[in-house]
Amino acid sequence: MIPYVAVLRRDLRSSIRHGADTVIVLAFFVVTTVLFPLGVGPVAKTLATIAPGVIWVAALLATLLSLDRLFAADYEDGTIDLFVTSDNSLILVVVAKCLAHWLTTGLPLILLSPILATMLNLPASGYLMLALGLLIGTPVLTLIGAVGAALVLGARRGGAMIAVVVLPLYIPVLIFGVLSVDAVINAINPFPNILMLTAALLVGIVVAPPTAAFALRAVIH
Amino acid sequence: MIHGFANPVRFQRLTNGLYPWCFAAMVLCLGIGLPWSLLFSPADYQQGESVRIMYVHVPSAWMALFTYLVIAACSAASLIWRHAVADIVAQAASPIGACFTALALATGALWGKPMWGAWWVWDARLTSVLVLFFLYLGHIALARAFDDPQRGARAAALLAVVGVVNLPIIKFSVDWWSTLHQPASIMKLSGPSIHSAMLWPLLLMILGFMFYFLTVLILRSQAGMLARRQRVLRLRQLGL
Repeated sequence: MIPYVAVLRRDLRSSIRHGADTVIVLAFFVVTTVLFPLGVGPVAKTLATIAPGVIWVAALLATLLSLDRLFAADYEDGTIDLFVTSDNSLILVVVAKCLAHWLTTGLPLILLSPILATMLNLPASGYLMLALGLLIGTPVLTLIGAVGAALVLGARRGGAMIAVVVLPLYIPVLIFGVLSVDAVINAINPFPNILMLTAALLVGIVVAPPTAAFALRAVIH
Repeated sequence: MIHGFANPVRFQRLTNGLYPWCFAAMVLCLGIGLPWSLLFSPADYQQGESVRIMYVHVPSAWMALFTYLVIAACSAASLIWRHAVADIVAQAASPIGACFTALALATGALWGKPMWGAWWVWDARLTSVLVLFFLYLGHIALARAFDDPQRGARAAALLAVVGVVNLPIIKFSVDWWSTLHQPASIMKLSGPSIHSAMLWPLLLMILGFMFYFLTVLILRSQAGMLARRQRVLRLRQLGL
């Protein structure tokens, strides 16, 4: 267990020391969200209907923006080679890196979401479900993103490429995340949607780390 | 058997033999199917003449899914056995599949306007097919994004295999969610719920689209193989 904890601690420490990484992602999240009231007009009722979707889309884009941090630096300085050639399980290294990534992007996004929900006039009944949905959904975004980030390592125009690769796979998470908040606001049972998100998370935990590890091995060979 | 086709020369010989037959079958199926479906098949009692869009829409949609299945199978073969020809076939197939998907979406929009009153609705079937289109674009882009084509092929193959999760979602979207798009009417246990006067020309069109796919796939695969050989020769010339 110790080497994986070390990877987790190393990633957390480096992201805290380059505090700008997390701050930029959060700033992007806030600025993107704020564009919507300016774009569609400040009518409270309109904003209330689009609030869940806007916050989810902004969270999704912010995660997308942060994905290059997952493997790119380690790829450039050769750390990935060491991970691949070491005796430790590459899959668990990927899990540790995903956990570190989620703790420094997904979690702050969730903590920030109530403030943005207030600015967008989200009905009070939706707050808890928005946070719950993001709590289940953002790890899925990180896990799918890890596969995408590993696939595009070394690609030309990697930043645009990762969007093309990852966004189609993000769509189900977005749909069920937004539907769960909409359901609560309209006093419908939201749990089918939450269960779908949870299913995505469980499948993601099982499938994504080995796939990302496979992709990383392909980079080195 | 699979490894037999990994030999490019044998693949070339096999496809050279198959090509004239596929081409002839395509000309025959489309030559009879197009006039039959577009001119001589009966108009629908509710939809009128616009039902004829079906004869292009349904085959394109089926081929959009089938092509992805071919790509995924080839990608799996290339990842498991490092099958060189499978990579070339997968990459040759994906632009064809993207075109089928675009055609299915476009004809669907043209059909949706008179029937549903809207070019586009965000129901599960339409959305999942749109996602399929994006997956095709991602597959094409990723395969070409690397300086080393081998690396691009592996990345694209892995993406194609991951993207398979979308296929059952598309197929069953009309059963799982209440969609505006109608559920399946040909492939079901109780037999097709479409009259034989429309079913036969439709099946002929589907066959025609299938042979079109095979014909173009053979051409594109052979071109891909020649491009690779050309690249190898050029590198050898440079002494690499």
